[in-house]
Amino acid sequence: MDRIPILKVGACLLVTIQVDMHDELAMSLQEDLTAQIARHGSRGVLIDISSLEIVDSFIGRMLANIAAMSRVLDAQTVLTGMQPAVAITLVELGMSLPGIKTALNVERGMELLTEYIGRVGEPEEGDGPEE
Amino acid sequence: MALKSETYPIASSNDVVRVRQIARLWASELKLSLVDQTKLVTATSELARNTLEHGGGGHVTIEMVENGLRRGIKLTFKDSGPGIPNLALALRDGYTTGNGMGLGLSGSKRLVNEFDIISDVGRGTTVSIVRWK
Repeated sequence: MDRIPILKVGACLLVTIQVDMHDELAMSLQEDLTAQIARHGSRGVLIDISSLEIVDSFIGRMLANIAAMSRVLDAQTVLTGMQPAVAITLVELGMSLPGIKTALNVERGMELLTEYIGRVGEPEEGDGPEE
Repeated sequence: MALKSETYPIASSNDVVRVRQIARLWASELKLSLVDQTKLVTATSELARNTLEHGGGGHVTIEMVENGLRRGIKLTFKDSGPGIPNLALALRDGYTTGNGMGLGLSGSKRLVNEFDIISDVGRGTTVSIVRWK
């Protein structure tokens, strides 16, 4: 079975969905991503859907699941490149995508993730006991 | 009145993909706007998946139809599955008997101009949708 390639970019994982996925492919992407986040300790997941002309409730649920599983593994998910027609249809379908940040394109998406990782990675101020 | 008509099986998840692509082809042939195409294909995907997962497989008939000066695309999804005991419940947002989000039927209804559903418990379900240009 084909698998959708997952690329490691520093502390992030990058996926671009370029094919019309059948349901099993979507499920294996969900599993692969989760496994890779855990294996690499990734802090961010960027899913580019600029080539997806259709996002139905199954794909939508897959994306929401990926975001939820990433969260549990302490990673942030960003969805990039959603086509306007897809966005309009999703709203009308009644689907919200909880826990997923969106960005216009991959560059902005990486900026968002880098900011998130940087911010969380900084040592907290005032951690030590007051003298 | 149907101008042309084709029937395709829905027996696997690959069939769901194929039916989507065919719907997309017909929609662009009719020169539907991109948004209307997307809505129709998304509704097709939802209903084709329903036919497969809840209906145990079936088929879809896709037709170019005409109503006076209007032209449109009609898709009819038919299965001989268990049927839907409570249609009103099934058509409610969020209600699901599977693992889904419960938006397949109710969502599809919002995405098209016409939506009809007939279901007999133990006999099967037929859903038809129309998007007019």
